[in-house]
Amino acid sequence: MTISMRKSGFGNFLSLKKLQKDIAPPLIAIVIFLGLWQLLSWSGITLLPGPFSIWTDERTRELLLYPFYDKGGIDVGMALQTWASLKRVAISYTLAAIVGISVGILVGTTPVFSKALDPLFLFLRTVPPLAWVPISLAALNKNEPAALFVIFITAVWPILINTAVGVKEIPQDYNNVAKVIKISRKKYFFKILIPSALPYIFTGLRVAISLAWLAIIAAEIVMSGIVGIGFFIWEAYQNNYISEVILALVYIGAVGLVLDKFMAWLQTLIVKQ
Amino acid sequence: MPVTQPLTTHSVSTTEPFLILDNITKIYPTAAGPNVVIKDISLTVQEGEFICIIGHSGCGKSVLLNTISGFAIPEHGQVRMRGQRITQPGPDRMVVFQNYSLMPWLTTYENVYLALDSVHPQKAASEKEAIVLEHLAMVGLADAAEKKPPQLSGGMRQRVAIARAFCLRPQILVLDEPFGALDAITKEEMQEELSQIVMDHRCTVLMVTHDIDECLFLADRLVMMTNGPAAGIGEIMEIPFPRPRDRTQIMEDPLYYQLRNSALEFLYDRFAHDELAS
Repeated sequence: MTISMRKSGFGNFLSLKKLQKDIAPPLIAIVIFLGLWQLLSWSGITLLPGPFSIWTDERTRELLLYPFYDKGGIDVGMALQTWASLKRVAISYTLAAIVGISVGILVGTTPVFSKALDPLFLFLRTVPPLAWVPISLAALNKNEPAALFVIFITAVWPILINTAVGVKEIPQDYNNVAKVIKISRKKYFFKILIPSALPYIFTGLRVAISLAWLAIIAAEIVMSGIVGIGFFIWEAYQNNYISEVILALVYIGAVGLVLDKFMAWLQTLIVKQ
Repeated sequence: MPVTQPLTTHSVSTTEPFLILDNITKIYPTAAGPNVVIKDISLTVQEGEFICIIGHSGCGKSVLLNTISGFAIPEHGQVRMRGQRITQPGPDRMVVFQNYSLMPWLTTYENVYLALDSVHPQKAASEKEAIVLEHLAMVGLADAAEKKPPQLSGGMRQRVAIARAFCLRPQILVLDEPFGALDAITKEEMQEELSQIVMDHRCTVLMVTHDIDECLFLADRLVMMTNGPAAGIGEIMEIPFPRPRDRTQIMEDPLYYQLRNSALEFLYDRFAHDELAS
């Protein structure tokens, strides 16, 4: 009992030291960055408010302190705005994953499709999310589905292309074994194709989650009258509440970081060999 | 566990020898025009024979094996097993690949099971399980059943590949430099295990190698190939040592050095190559 307690105590001490080593440098960098920014805005060179305005500005402080308020319509707290955007990303990203992986496998296994569609995919992939906004608005006519489409169309390409490459890159060795043992199509799919392409698919999924989150902001900024962190930024800017924009950026950055780390964790969990 | 009976029932109805390479030529198209890799090769193999194929790098040894396993179809001539022309790969000519070719995401057990299950889906699961375990035990890997290939040494991986091939009771076992990547001690161990397994089950084996001592220990006949392009069979050497063979014993036989020198002379004097294969 005492031994295990002493052991865990020693473990804590170690992790604390590791924490200091890993956490201290970025923390110091952030403090210096915020300090310089604050100095710059005090000096009057720029009209951009300093980082402390999140607290000193009364409206923004309210937003900071009450992230879950809901006064109806689009007048809701920051956490709820972010949540609304995240839900859109979840729907479109799931769709993009399903379509991207299925079409990617089809293209990867069928040389004719690959020849026919690769140039089109490579072309469409380079279209920036913002350019899709007017097209999807024109095509779908409504804000909500248009926003969902913009995220979908941004996130689908890296998943599709990586899946196709992963399937094409299945080592010849594995295919030779499959040929000798005359494996069934179903077994080939689940026992060889999917496991072999999985690392590529996950790379695509991880790139896509970051892109999807970038796209939601782009999409919502242009789509008026919806609850979401992107449109919140746009409205705050229109009303010249710049410190609110800064607070929203903190939310966006934090969510983006968490999404990426989550996918990285999922990747190590599933693709460990 | 009475699972050692052959998995395939042979029907001996033809009078033709077991395996015939009938005047085969294999040509690969290249940017610089057609490349004739092997030309006019004829060889007859009896059932249960152990054939080693030796020759310098790039002489088409692997291509010759591929025409038997069915991965390469000759442009001229044909390969026949029991009178049947070989046109595609199949589990009756199971291959042990040079680089093991195990699925790294499957355990040792699952790798062997996948092959057995694909070839014999109709067998009961309990029977398949017993066959897989029996063959893992045969190559000394009973304890490593749940390990994945990246956790295994090169020798252990090659054992899994042999277990996978052998559990299908192929009529021909095709080995393409199976022990090339192994250290000297592991290599000798593997040679002894292979020799034992093949002798116990009277399997026909065709094996490509670079190692003359390996041939002398394992083979009934040694096929020596001339240099490419358009390589052919230069000479076929009978290796008459009785089985079971004991390495030290055959190495004390004066015939061993006679055969060894004759093979070396073929490779390094009569068909010397610029880059000397060891």
